[in-house]
Formats: sequence, C-alpha cells, structure tokens
Amino acid sequence: MSDMTATTTSVSEALTTADGRPLKAALRRAQSLAKRRAFMLVLPLLAFIVVTFVMPIGELLHESIYNPDFHDNMPETVAWFAANPPSTVPDEAAFTALADDLKTSAAARTVAQVGTRVNYVMPGTRSLFTATGRKAKSLQPPYKDALIAADPKWGDPDLWATMRQVSSSYTADFYLAALDHTHGPKGNIVPVPADQAIYLMLFERTFLVAAAITFICFVIGFPVAHLLSVLPLRTSNLLMIFVLLPFWTSLLVRTTSWIALLQREGVVNDVLVYLGVIDAHGRLQMIYNQTGTIVAMTHILLPFMILPLYSVMRPIPPSYVRAARSLGATSWTAFRRIYFPQTLPGIGAGSLLVFILAVGYYITPALVGGASGQLISNQVAYFITGAGNNWSMGCAIAGLLLAAILILYWVYDRLVGIDNLKLG
Amino acid sequence: MQERENTDGFVVFDHVQKSYDGETLVVKDLNLSIGKGEFLTMLGPSGSGKTTCLMMLAGFETATHGDIRLDGRPINSVPPHKRGIGMVFQNYALFPHMTVGENLGFPLEVRGMGKFDREAKIKRALDMVQMGAFINRRPAQLSGGQQQRIALARALVFDPSLVLMDEPLGALDKQLREHMQFEIKHLHDSLGITVVYVTHDQGEALTMSDRIAVFNDGRIQQLAAPNELYEAPQNSFVAQFIGENNKLPGTIEEIADGRATVRLQTGEFITATPVNVSQKGQPTLVSIRPERVEYMPERLPAGAHTIDAEVLEFIYMGDMFRTRLKVAGTDDFVIKNRNTMEQRRLQPGEIVKIGWAPQDARALDPL
Repeated sequence: MSDMTATTTSVSEALTTADGRPLKAALRRAQSLAKRRAFMLVLPLLAFIVVTFVMPIGELLHESIYNPDFHDNMPETVAWFAANPPSTVPDEAAFTALADDLKTSAAARTVAQVGTRVNYVMPGTRSLFTATGRKAKSLQPPYKDALIAADPKWGDPDLWATMRQVSSSYTADFYLAALDHTHGPKGNIVPVPADQAIYLMLFERTFLVAAAITFICFVIGFPVAHLLSVLPLRTSNLLMIFVLLPFWTSLLVRTTSWIALLQREGVVNDVLVYLGVIDAHGRLQMIYNQTGTIVAMTHILLPFMILPLYSVMRPIPPSYVRAARSLGATSWTAFRRIYFPQTLPGIGAGSLLVFILAVGYYITPALVGGASGQLISNQVAYFITGAGNNWSMGCAIAGLLLAAILILYWVYDRLVGIDNLKLG
Repeated sequence: MQERENTDGFVVFDHVQKSYDGETLVVKDLNLSIGKGEFLTMLGPSGSGKTTCLMMLAGFETATHGDIRLDGRPINSVPPHKRGIGMVFQNYALFPHMTVGENLGFPLEVRGMGKFDREAKIKRALDMVQMGAFINRRPAQLSGGQQQRIALARALVFDPSLVLMDEPLGALDKQLREHMQFEIKHLHDSLGITVVYVTHDQGEALTMSDRIAVFNDGRIQQLAAPNELYEAPQNSFVAQFIGENNKLPGTIEEIADGRATVRLQTGEFITATPVNVSQKGQPTLVSIRPERVEYMPERLPAGAHTIDAEVLEFIYMGDMFRTRLKVAGTDDFVIKNRNTMEQRRLQPGEIVKIGWAPQDARALDPL
C-alpha cells in the first residue's frame, strides 16, 4: 500500500547548497528579507498596541503600588523615619521635622494631599493635617508641645506608625486594602474589621454573577447557535441580524428598556398581575438588584456567546451525526458523544469571552444594579472617577482583576488548552 | 453476470416517491428490488435522485409515498439507529475527536458490547483493511486513502448485512480510487454482504457492480448488469451516460425483421437495431460505440455498413488512437482503435470508409 508506508529520511550530515555553503544559513538569508517585510507590515499595529494597551496597563500597575504624596512633600519627616527604627518614640527632633514639613507643604498648598494619603490608611486624619497646616506658620518650638497643643492626636503612636507606613513611595498597601486587609498596630497584616470589609465580598459576588451570566448565556445561546448553523445560509443570515441587533443599539437604550420592562410598575409585573400570577401588592423587585444586573448583562453579552459557537458549529458537517446514527446511536447519544465534543472550542471561547467581559462590566450594574447588583468594577470607577478619589486604590483593584483573569486564562489553558479556542 | 438464487427482495423500494417542497418530485415512482449479497450501484448525474434514495434507505430522509422494505420488514418508521445498516459517507465522517480505535468502537459501544469483545472486533475489522497499526491515530493524522479504509472498517465492524456507500471514493486520486475499487469489491465478495453504492462515476460503477441502476430525473432509466448496460443501452440517456458514444441523428424510414432503416440528415441510409423506436417517420438518434467502428477494410465485420468520413483530428493516447471524424454532417464522431503493429494511423484531411456491424448501431429515442 503506497499510501500507508511512511518514508523517513534521516539526515546525518548538514546539507549544503550547490556552492558549498550551509543550507540552513542560505535558507535564513533567503527568508530574512521576507521576514523583515512582514515585520514592517505589522509594525504600526505593534506600535499601536504598545501605546494604547501595554503602556496604560503598565502605568496602571505602577500607579497601584506607587504613591509619592507623603514622601515628596514631607522630606524631613521621611528622613527622621529613615534614621530611626520603627519602634522609636517620636522625640523633639521628629516633631521638629514634622512641623517644618507642615510649614513648607502648607506654603506649597500640598498639605491636603499629604493628609489624603494618610487618611487612606487611617480614616479621619485628613482634617488633622489641613487644620494644622492652616496654623503651621504660627507654630513655635518646642514643636512637640506646640503640635500636641494644636491637636492632641499628634501624640498618637498609631498616627506615627501610619505616617511611617506611608512614608515610602512604593507600597503594597492598596493591594492589602483591596483584599480587605491592613497593617495591624505591630506592623503585621490583619483583616480589617468585618463592617469595613467589602472588597472580597464584591470580588466573590462579581465572579459569581459573571459565572451565572456565562452559564445562562450558554444555555440560551447554544440552541440558537445550533439553529443558525443548520438553517440555510439565507435564513440564518437573516436571523443573525437579530442576534447582532443588540450591538447596533446604544447600551444605554438597551439598559433603560430593561428598566421599563422590569421595574415595579413595568411591563413584566403588569402582565403577571393581570394574569393573576402575583398580587398587585406583591409586585416583584426585578431591577435595581442582582436580578436586574444578571438579566440586563445576559442580554448584552449573549452575542459574544452565540458568535463563537456559531462559527464552530457551522463547519461541522451533518454527516457526523448521521454517521453516528447509522452506527446505532440514538439522537441523544449522537449529540452527547459526537456533536457536543466538537463544539467545545466554541463553548470555551464563548464562555471565556462572556466571563471576562462580565467580570469587568461597569455601566449596566451601575445603572440597574442597585445596591446588591454592584460589582467590583463599580468600585474601580468609584475610586478613579468618583467620590473615592484614590487612583492607587482603583488601580490596585483593577490590577487584582487583571491578575484574576490571567489566572483564569492559565487554568483554562491547563484544563482545555488555549489552542482549543475558536473565536471565529 | 452470474444468476442468483433467492435474490429477490432483501431490499425493496415499492412505488417510492419523494418530494422536498411538495411541488416537484425528486424521486418519481421508484421500484427496485435488491437481492441479498448483491452489489448494486445507483449511478446518475447530480440531482438525479440517487443520493435521496440512499438517504431514504438509511433513514435520514422519509419517503413521501411508498414503502421501503428491508429483509421483508417495512422500515419507513424505523429510526436510523435501529436499522442496522452500515454506511460509508462521501467525506468519510470519521469522528475527529476520537482515535481510529474509538471510531470503530463507537458502534459496538452503543450496542452495549463489552470491552473485551470490542477490542477483538476492532482488531479484526482493522486487519481486514490492513490498518491494524493505526489504531491509536487520529483521523486528521491519516491520508485520504487511509481515512477511506477506516470509514469502511467502521461501517463493517458491527457486522451489518447491508452496507450503503455514498460516493466513498470521490475524494481520492485516480490511482488510489482504482485500487480501492478492487478492495471494496473483494470485501464484498469475501463477506457476502449486500452493498448499495452511489456514484456518478460510470467507470467505477462498471468495475464494481453486479447490477447498475442508472438514475436520471428521479427515475431509473435502466437497471441491468454492466455489460448489458454498456452494450445494450435502452435509451439515449443511458447510451450517453455510460461510456463514450457517437450519435447520428436521423428519421426512421422503415422497420422490418428487427432491422430499422434510418435516413440520416445528409440523406444517406444506414441500418440499425431498433430499441425504443417503433414507427416510420419517427426522429431517432443512432448510437454507435467508438471502439466498434473500423476503418481498415480487412477488419470490417461481415455485412458491415460503410459510410464515408473525413478525418478531422488524430490524437495519440498511448495504448489507443482516438480519431475525430466528420460523418453525415456530424463533426464529433469519434473512433477509438488499439495501438497495434498493423494499425494504420489516419491523417487529418483524409477521406476514409468507416463501417460497423448493424447490431452495434442502435436506434434510440432522440434526447
């Protein structure tokens, strides 16, 4: 059988070209021009990605561990911390350094920044700095007494421990805080009090909600994608427009239409009341909570599940299932053993896509999430744009989110294999 | 063709009709009886209904009207997985996520066969197609010919008594195709299975089949053994579709004693065997096989009819010469002659007398 015998030729010595040069070198030379040309073609895109993707993410990660507000504005205090070991009781020299720094930064109008930085770790201290900063000019030595007279809090050893902690420009504090932990009195890492711990709960909720959305998208999207893949192209293209319609509608419009549907006086509740399923006083709360977040986000992310599934299902010829049937499998067995395994790359791609998008989704939970539908991304937004005004904290949460996604990717690669991913 | 005893009705199509849209019939009143152990080929151009018939037999399409019986049992309402019919698909349909062994094990597994028995059967089936060494490969790691063998082994591994093949060799190159034709034929002979084979390749059909059903336009045009089909086509479509064929248009002048006199367009008269023409004045196509035409006087059969022809083109094909001639106003009259020592090569422009035995000229219906 000529088609069955594999011929293998083993090369024992290096091959050379006709004029005696090594073949490999000649090949490299011959291909280098083509390679250079190909590289030049992708160079603009590469530059674009570096500028718009790699650099911002690097900046974000840097920001999450870098905050020089205290370090830059309080140089003398920083120097005193450097010269004395952590447990030293602040002496007159320390208070002198602090007073000098307060005077300079008050003059430079940066004392509020310093106060904010300390306030991140020790709530309630921002006003201490601003108030003392206003009086800084009139402070007279001995500074220890003068400062404690201005506000007794200056004598608090915890404040000094906190100032020492924030005196370094680089810090992992924000990551600690994003994981609901903080430095204890002895410098050790302790969980924050239960009533202040929100981030771990939010991370958990975000991942659960994203998992739920991914699962619902899969359950709804799989039959749709299958239908699209078996219909004649003309019909399936028409139906595909309906799948893609959400993409062509403004996110805000889609989200507000869910509000119209799901609110207490909304269409769904009205219909249920009319049908007598629920009592007029027992109208369901389906929006401004987690249900609203899940419903609205499932709707928005559904195409991201259907499209990869469709692109995997379309080329699966019907003859596979037919073959399985003719070999004696029931339609369920044929689906389970033959069809379904071949759609796995699409399921993987769609689920990963939907999950990752859901984990980072901001606008929908912000609009329809209420209190129980808020996700971790809303905290990022809160710190970066909103009242939180703490870039470093927002970046640290975003960094954790990024790390979680990368871990997810790695796990997926280990379990399924990243080459087993088909996005279209 | 050998005569078979008790060959009637292992597979029976009884007045089967099939329509997809309720407006046109794809299969029009099909009656066909396939004997046990027979190798029957459904041959026809695409769209002739042959694949639809196969799919109805396999259970993937339902007959709009009529009965299909397998071993005396009507199977119209039997789902495909309960029919126990082996099938080889055009693109092989080997499950890409399973190894060769798992592919072959699949039909045994869904029948609840134990692991030990399964392994023995898989090994036997693979040895049958000389693919025993490939049990752990994936289909993607096999060549087209190897995949073809595995598909064959998979269709046979659960010992079906009927195997359907839907253009199984279509994707192979010519040499491999011819080789596989013989292998399939040998498997059929040694296993005693019934094979229904669908193809549009007439050479394949002639090589392999006990009987061939020529399909066109949803009907069986002729059902006969290969030699009969080739030598005695019943209508112009079959004559055209099977092998090469010269056609001379004309009208029937006279029919008597099983001989028809045909007046050609140029006014000449030739004698032909009437097949499906019956009366004077009827238009007809006289069909003559290229290899039955002679031009060397000493080779003309006794009583041969001769006619003048002008040589237009001479093509050297190695074992054969192929010459195109102008005969009775038709300029695509082709003759084929074996490349023997004494064969004279015709020159373009030459006028020769060509001739054939009257029984080789068949007067058929005009297309």
